[in-house]
Amino acid sequence: MSEKVEVVLDQICREVGNDRTRLLDILREVQHRFGGVSGEAVDLIAQRLETPRVEIESVVSFYAFLSEKPNGNVVIRICDDIIDRMHGSETVARAFESELGVQMGQATEDGKISLTHTPCIGMCDQAPAALINDVVVTHLSSDTARTIVAELRENHDPTQLVKELGDGNNAHDLVSSMVQNNIRLRGPVILTDFEPGSALKKALAMSPVEVIRNVKTARLRGRGGAGFPTGMKWEFTRAAKADKRYIICNADEGEPGTFKDRVLLTEYPDLLFEGMTIGGYAIGAKEGIVYLRGEYTYLRKFLESVLERRREEGILGRSVCGVEDFDFDIRIQMGAGAYICGEETALISSCEGLRGDPKNRPPFPAQSGYLGYPSSVNNVETLCCTARIMEHGPGWFSSHGTDRSTGTKLLSISGDCKRPGIYEVSLSTSLREILGLAGAEDAQALQVGGPSGQMVGRQEFDKTICYDDFPTGGSMMVFGPQRNLLEVVHAFLEFFVEESCGYCTPCRVGNVLLKQRIEKILDEKGEPADLQYLEELAQTVKMASRCGLGQTSPNPVLSTLKRFRSEYERRVKPATDGRQPGFDLSEAVAQAVNIVGRESTHS
Amino acid sequence: MSKPKIATTSLAGCFGCHMSLLDIDERILELAELVEFHKWPINDRKSFSAQCAVGLIEGGCCNEENVEVLRTFRSSCDVLVSVGDCAIMGGIPAMRNMVPLEECLQEAFVDGPTVHNPTGAIPNDVEIPLLLDKVYPCHEVVKIDYYLPGCPPPADTLWEALVALLTNKPISLPYNLIKYD
Ligand SMILES: Cc1cc2nc3c(=O)[nH]c(=O)nc-3n(C[C@H](O)[C@H](O)[C@H](O)COP(=O)(O)O)c2cc1C
Ligand code: SF4
Ligand code: SF4
Ligand code: FES
Repeated sequence: MSEKVEVVLDQICREVGNDRTRLLDILREVQHRFGGVSGEAVDLIAQRLETPRVEIESVVSFYAFLSEKPNGNVVIRICDDIIDRMHGSETVARAFESELGVQMGQATEDGKISLTHTPCIGMCDQAPAALINDVVVTHLSSDTARTIVAELRENHDPTQLVKELGDGNNAHDLVSSMVQNNIRLRGPVILTDFEPGSALKKALAMSPVEVIRNVKTARLRGRGGAGFPTGMKWEFTRAAKADKRYIICNADEGEPGTFKDRVLLTEYPDLLFEGMTIGGYAIGAKEGIVYLRGEYTYLRKFLESVLERRREEGILGRSVCGVEDFDFDIRIQMGAGAYICGEETALISSCEGLRGDPKNRPPFPAQSGYLGYPSSVNNVETLCCTARIMEHGPGWFSSHGTDRSTGTKLLSISGDCKRPGIYEVSLSTSLREILGLAGAEDAQALQVGGPSGQMVGRQEFDKTICYDDFPTGGSMMVFGPQRNLLEVVHAFLEFFVEESCGYCTPCRVGNVLLKQRIEKILDEKGEPADLQYLEELAQTVKMASRCGLGQTSPNPVLSTLKRFRSEYERRVKPATDGRQPGFDLSEAVAQAVNIVGRESTHS
Repeated sequence: MSKPKIATTSLAGCFGCHMSLLDIDERILELAELVEFHKWPINDRKSFSAQCAVGLIEGGCCNEENVEVLRTFRSSCDVLVSVGDCAIMGGIPAMRNMVPLEECLQEAFVDGPTVHNPTGAIPNDVEIPLLLDKVYPCHEVVKIDYYLPGCPPPADTLWEALVALLTNKPISLPYNLIKYD
């Protein structure tokens, strides 16, 4: 290892005070500077942090954006989730392959450009999309693929690829992105004007307990997917005995088909930071952490600048708004490409510089979270809502939506629809109305809540998105009449297989088995008994998995078996003579025939 | 009424599951009261001459002959039971599934450190059944009705299951017979 590298590594480690819990920041920086985290780098980091080498290796191997082998200076990551595939990402991928002369997962001969796949990057409304280093490129085609490769070969600078800036803050100097917000419908609660400081001042005029009471009176429930009452979560966190507490914003937005937090982070960062500051005041935290998914690195500098401006304005930092004993600051923790890190306990592991493995519960984060301190993990949108509750009062907030599902919800609509984008609607809105808004009246199915949610068919389009019908973290994927829904299920299972942390067998193995059986049915080699097998296995995986990933990953199978059973039934046929149609003897002996050079005597 | 017939076979297995069946000890006499052993390794009968009520399969399918035997069992037995982990999921023999067949043969007959094979040829006699590309669990080749896991399943598990099957009663296996760690 050259001296220079050692100096750089020293500096990177020192910048975070040689703090083991900041390992992810260190590794991201090393990856950024050297294109990979080499064995020598691991050695050096292990020494500086006084940590076993294997712990560092295990973190490197866990995250998609970290690699031991050096990547090219430029890494092209093409989204290959179902929405992008429906918009032609496979053709785009082939075009990149042929232009670069490499296959997926390889680097060009000069080692300068690597090509790979990635799950949803939160750009489903402008698919096909890709990340080129931190730069987002959208609306790809084979033509743009060719020009992109030509330009990259010339200047190796992905930022030069952005020709036309997107709308709103996407055009901000510190963002400079071609991403479009695609805000299609603004509702009364979230997507309206906001005066920084206005909600905070009202909150600080109350006692923390009153703030929590107001959030409870508003009956706000978590917008990240699980729908836990936010006021109660804050109350538990405040009640836990400890000398420090944390408020953590979950901006991991990994559920495929979700991109509403992207738009909130771009256009309403003040609303979010204000919600976090209010939360910090309410639970008694001095520090907040925004866990920002690695895919949204392009927003980081901008968000940092908003935080800095808030400090200057006195609405963040020491004695917030002049309140003597209320110090509160926020730091941004970058993720590194792992869906599981959206699960709150895995997110906390990741913030602690560990692999993003979920933790056993109890204890819940409210009792023992980040570094063992009580922590409240809240979704971006949830925190924005708390700021609005302070601004306009709980009664105003709960006057929207229904009795048990108050407020509005941001939806990210993508897929087979005329107007993909962000919609703010009341929680009493029906799926049919939503499809109408998006221009998808002919939809055969709507995937509500992403792959971990439910696939819903026409007979149930009159149900609503309230917490009692079809609650959603925001992902709404539309599938038109031409789509093969079992292929969709297959794509979702591929996603879960890839993203399972691997800790527990039902999830690590079960999802593979589910996927294989779906493949068998798609190949028209299935038999009726396979449906029962799928049902039983899916229930086992749900029941026996440790965290929310495994507990929901069989949902695509179960919800289609329930609502689209004919899709399965018309593809399976009873096995004749008890033989499995999936097994072909001549295929199975083909290799042996080749090796020994004689034909099979059996048929 | 004549006694129901049963048949057993060992495909890609170690005969451990059959040994476990013999471990039912003197109950083998009771079993003989209940059934007629039509075709099993002990009488070494080569082919079926009658339809059997139950077939017990030990081991998965590693070669073409296993497949043929298994298919014959399927058509000659009303109920087919996969016995033991090899039949159910390939077991130890399936460890080769990670390695391409050609490399397996090369290692086994040519490159292995204890191999003495001056000609370097891979055995190839017409009597040797061709290997399959990988080891298959039985239910991927034919339809299997019941599964008795374990390596091997304890004698008592086999006994309880057989008696329940032959007397048409629901099976009740206590926890210690279906606990594997
Ligand atoms: C596999 C998995 C991924 C998740 N991803 C996210 C995510 O990206 N964003 C999010 O807010 N919540 C996500 N969650 C839910 C969080 O665990 C947690 O419930 C949520 O952040 C709580 O915030 P809320 O109460 O404001 O919704 C995920 C859960 C699981 C099981
Ligand atoms: S359910 Fe899946 S993702 Fe969750 S802990 Fe288990 S293996 Fe990991
Ligand atoms: S399951 Fe165990 S005892 Fe039975 S054949 Fe396989 S290895 Fe032998
Ligand atoms: S960006 Fe590809 S599915 Fe979301």
